[in-house]
Amino acid sequence: MKEFKVTPIRNGTVIDHISVGMALKVLKIIGVKDEVSSTVSVLMHVPSKKAGWKDIVKIEDRELDPKELDRIALISPNATINIIRDYNVAEKFVVEVPNVIKGIMECSNPGCITNKDEPVEAEFVVESKKPITLRCVYCDRITTDVAEHIR
Amino acid sequence: MSAGFKGMDVVSIRDFSREQIEHVLKLAEKMVPIAKGEERSVLLEGHVLGSLFYEPSTRTRLSFDAAMTRLGGRVLGFDQPAGASVAKGETLADTIRMVDSYSDVIVLRHPQEGAARLAAHFASRPIINAGDGAGQHPTQTMLDLFTIRKEKKKVEGNNVVIVGDLKYGRTVHSLSEALAMFGADLTFVAPPSLQIPKEHLKQIESLGRKPRISGSLEEVIKDADVLYVTRIQKERFPDPAEYQKVAGMYRIDLPMLKDVKRDLMIMHPLPRVGEISSEVDATEHAKYFDQAFNGVPVRMALLGLILGGLK
Ligand SMILES: Nc1ncnc2c1ncn2[C@@H]1O[C@H](COP(=O)(O)OP(=O)(O)O)[C@@H](O)[C@H]1O
Ligand SMILES: [Mg+2]
Ligand SMILES: [Zn+2]
Repeated sequence: MKEFKVTPIRNGTVIDHISVGMALKVLKIIGVKDEVSSTVSVLMHVPSKKAGWKDIVKIEDRELDPKELDRIALISPNATINIIRDYNVAEKFVVEVPNVIKGIMECSNPGCITNKDEPVEAEFVVESKKPITLRCVYCDRITTDVAEHIR
Repeated sequence: MSAGFKGMDVVSIRDFSREQIEHVLKLAEKMVPIAKGEERSVLLEGHVLGSLFYEPSTRTRLSFDAAMTRLGGRVLGFDQPAGASVAKGETLADTIRMVDSYSDVIVLRHPQEGAARLAAHFASRPIINAGDGAGQHPTQTMLDLFTIRKEKKKVEGNNVVIVGDLKYGRTVHSLSEALAMFGADLTFVAPPSLQIPKEHLKQIESLGRKPRISGSLEEVIKDADVLYVTRIQKERFPDPAEYQKVAGMYRIDLPMLKDVKRDLMIMHPLPRVGEISSEVDATEHAKYFDQAFNGVPVRMALLGLILGGLK
């Protein structure tokens, strides 16, 4: 039998293997403050079977859209998405860092034109997925501390 | 290959292959008599260049004006956004869309990095980046290459010593990449706080050459074929005394040139503020005024290619 630290959910999403310390960023990404109308529970700093520690986020009655998945992949490339239907894991996959990142991150260069009031979304080319390294399409600046700049 | 030039945006020197740059330089050579006013041309008659300078510039703006005018074209635009609609808060995107409909090619100088790439996104006409903040300035790089080639016959094999603010200097990064691509040997001279950034050094090394790094100009100037001097800005130093010290260390005057190669050429993107003493101007080494002139034929070649007058 499974051991649940929180009440099992009937339908929803379990985001597992979040890089430890990133749970609150994940909450921000899924818009807990103003976009979620169901219960969300968070487990921080739990032992991971794979290695070390991890965070877990469980959201009831909600599946994530592709943009949210891309954002999660950026801050936590090993996160596993478990879709729960009728108390069981119906689908399971690892998030994937996209090749082109558009509209979900700000450029780390304060002098970049995309950080001014212009009608464009910041856009990045993924130079490397591990460690994650992004290059701004506009100003060429390299960003590695992605979590700081995610929107 | 040159067929690819028509309508092309010139945002970064990285958008060009070595062959493409060589093609521009070769055509620029042919433009020299026209640039000097010795021959007339109507190559770009009826064409309009939109010239948008959001930041002050003397050489770059005037040499684009001269290049377009010498080829029979016309220039419209502004050189101080204060009076223009920009001051009323118009976005760059909107200004570009408007100018796009008034001109055949747009030259842009802007304080924000990435501005030219953004402009290219909104314009259907080609954009030429004339400097975007601390970012790229590809036509400066081309005229620098042109100047070296003109004096030395080729860029390859020359020992180019670059001195000054190598960290923030706008021209230095694209120039050093291009020089590495053309097979020059590079030496970077700067105080530790203004040395060439690591990422940049890696990029240059990946092009096959390992540059020399030094803090002392005296130590390396004897072997130099080309000395490229850039401005050290006072604003970079929290302590004015520190600025004075550094500025003094790299000042080029006659004693500094005591033991240099006879055919050493000295370049500077100008304006200078004391980096090169005026007593150097009369020597054979001084090439910075030729360099400033070379902006005209190089920009003529580029405009001709982009607007389709040249092949
Ligand atoms: N009904 C449920 N309610 C809440 N969490 C669940 C539910 N079913 C599974 N989980 C959680 O989803 C994650 C993946 O589940 P599972 O595939 O069974 O285990 P694992 O990936 O550890 O082999 C685990 O963290 C588990 O606790
Ligand atoms: Mg365009
Ligand atoms: Zn940027």
